[in-house]
Amino acid sequence: MSLDFKPGAFSDFFRDETFRDDFTYRNSPAAVRRFPFPFDRDDYMYSVNMEPHVPGRPGSVFENLLDVDEHYVSEMIDRAKVLAEDPLRCQSLPHMTLAGWDALELVMEAKARDYPQWFALEKNGNRWHWINRPLGIDHSFTFLDEATLPYGPFEYIMRQTQGDWTLQDERDNTLWMDAGIATAQADWSVDFDIGMNFHEWHAPVPLAHEKGIFDRALKFLLKLQHGSPVRRFNWTMTVNPLLDTSPENYPKWGPTKATLTPENLGGKQHLRVELQTLYRLPRSNAIAFDIRCYLGKFEELVTMPKWGRRLHRVVRDIHPDLAAYKGFLRNRDAMVEWLSHYDDGAPTSLGWWPED
Amino acid sequence: MSGGAKLNVRVAEVVPVNDLITRFRFVARDGEDLPAFSGGAHTVVEMDDNGTRRLNPYSLMSSPVDRSGYEISVRRDDVGRGGSLFLHRHVKPGMEMVISYPVNLFALDNRAKKHLMIAGGIGITPFLAQISQLSAFGGRFELHYSARSKPLGAYMDRLTSAHPGQVHCYFDDQGQQIDLGRLLSMQPIGTHLYVCGPKGMINWVFTTAEAMGWPKLALHHEEFTAPGTGKAFTVELAASGKTITVGTTQSLLEAMEAAGVDAPYLCRGGACGQCETTVYKCNNTILHRDHWLTPEEHAEGHKIMPCVSRFEGKTLVINR
Repeated sequence: MSLDFKPGAFSDFFRDETFRDDFTYRNSPAAVRRFPFPFDRDDYMYSVNMEPHVPGRPGSVFENLLDVDEHYVSEMIDRAKVLAEDPLRCQSLPHMTLAGWDALELVMEAKARDYPQWFALEKNGNRWHWINRPLGIDHSFTFLDEATLPYGPFEYIMRQTQGDWTLQDERDNTLWMDAGIATAQADWSVDFDIGMNFHEWHAPVPLAHEKGIFDRALKFLLKLQHGSPVRRFNWTMTVNPLLDTSPENYPKWGPTKATLTPENLGGKQHLRVELQTLYRLPRSNAIAFDIRCYLGKFEELVTMPKWGRRLHRVVRDIHPDLAAYKGFLRNRDAMVEWLSHYDDGAPTSLGWWPED
Repeated sequence: MSGGAKLNVRVAEVVPVNDLITRFRFVARDGEDLPAFSGGAHTVVEMDDNGTRRLNPYSLMSSPVDRSGYEISVRRDDVGRGGSLFLHRHVKPGMEMVISYPVNLFALDNRAKKHLMIAGGIGITPFLAQISQLSAFGGRFELHYSARSKPLGAYMDRLTSAHPGQVHCYFDDQGQQIDLGRLLSMQPIGTHLYVCGPKGMINWVFTTAEAMGWPKLALHHEEFTAPGTGKAFTVELAASGKTITVGTTQSLLEAMEAAGVDAPYLCRGGACGQCETTVYKCNNTILHRDHWLTPEEHAEGHKIMPCVSRFEGKTLVINR
């Protein structure tokens, strides 16, 4: 059994595009409308901002537990390329295998339930039959028997799942990042963070420690219950639609920040939104953390007048320490200048929906 | 809604195990599988005891691999507040009940080289599920289980025949006791120790292990406290603007719920921390009965765990 993709089906929905080299990634008008714009007001400061991860507005990225969008197939092809170049992007410590099976079950059950046109899961006891039509996969395997899959359960399902994920073991009243995959990350590294606890891997974040945010967030997460997942947004800025903004590859993408001009900024500068969801896993008692990345070009986002006004105000007024941490301080003035043409000063309504 | 997601179940079996213990099996009303869980997890069972709402935590003892049903074993407490008596007397096969999603406050450390388990009496229940889990997924364990007498040693036969050499039984009425010092001195490096049983047993095992230099992080225990009874008392709820009276056999949490206040909770046994509440004003004594707050926090009196703790005195104002 191998995990070679045979995509091609449903190409009227799934875009054939690249996140590297010629960067052909873009959002269709429908995808722009459903873009998870993360600012519900005209200014931004950290908060834990957790809410129950329950099905949301039809058509939005909250409609289903796991959002499968038009970029799915191309993202999975990009992930396979990153893993081929650097297998350490996906790691799982030995005691996390059971949590990997939990994650596999979570993804397969959710996708088969919410997208029956693309995914199917049949169970006969522990003999499972999994069909992933967009990627051309049709596999039978034995649940909880690693020998029946071409990879460990975590890597197997993560090669078919958008978003970077970590699996966090709960011990000693904290969480330990003991498994993870990151090929679409905002400058953090599984290879660096694996084995760290919650406070260790959050140590670089500025300002939030002073506010006690991580103590509160950890306390909240330790009580996360199976059946009651939660979500929050995070965001940053990325030049070019590059998923793999990893520290390992910083020499390749870091210098692109110096390539922005007033003429190319609208097409090259992307708002990078992370829809973060957290699930308590049933068999392992671990917590799965899904960091799902959405990239939106500035020129796409300003087609929604409310978002154009608001993005201008957020970027203009953000605390410089946060702009520096998110890596866009050097381009902030240029971004504000470009965005100012889409802000007529009119008031904006609360909430992130474009039309409300 | 407080307490997290719920499961609508039907009672499939009620089986007397011995003079004190009865086993209950729950299946999903819709005929589907129940959620998987991890060994050591408990569920909170909701009961309508003739108008009084009772929610008690019980460890899941069935195999975590088996999603067709959940089993709990309940020891009858003739002098308790009535939850176990209700289950023993009134719960029959076919009855529809509501239970919480499983929550685990007593999880195995899956890195352990060996799991050493010490059970006393009804404290055996979480270990039954953990042993099933370890048997299914691999993992070295050894169980030392003491009961008052042979007839009260629930599930001993099942355990000793399934796991010969790994299960050791002790009976109080025969004067048998675990040779704890010797046992703890023989364990390989990387062993994790788990205790579930009466408070005295947990203290004995922890004190002995710590004195022998066992790392604290390798010691695990589970203990649910029944809310207990006490004198009635009055509480002001600052956030909801209500003043309520907590009855003698009612917990503060139950009294708030009866008054229509949706207070957070999970385990309802003083262990999980979910219901922690700020105390604005306390004129006299909070009777802390939880295992969540530190002794220093108990002494300060700025916080209370309404699921088990009570109050004696004139004025108590809390942020709820």
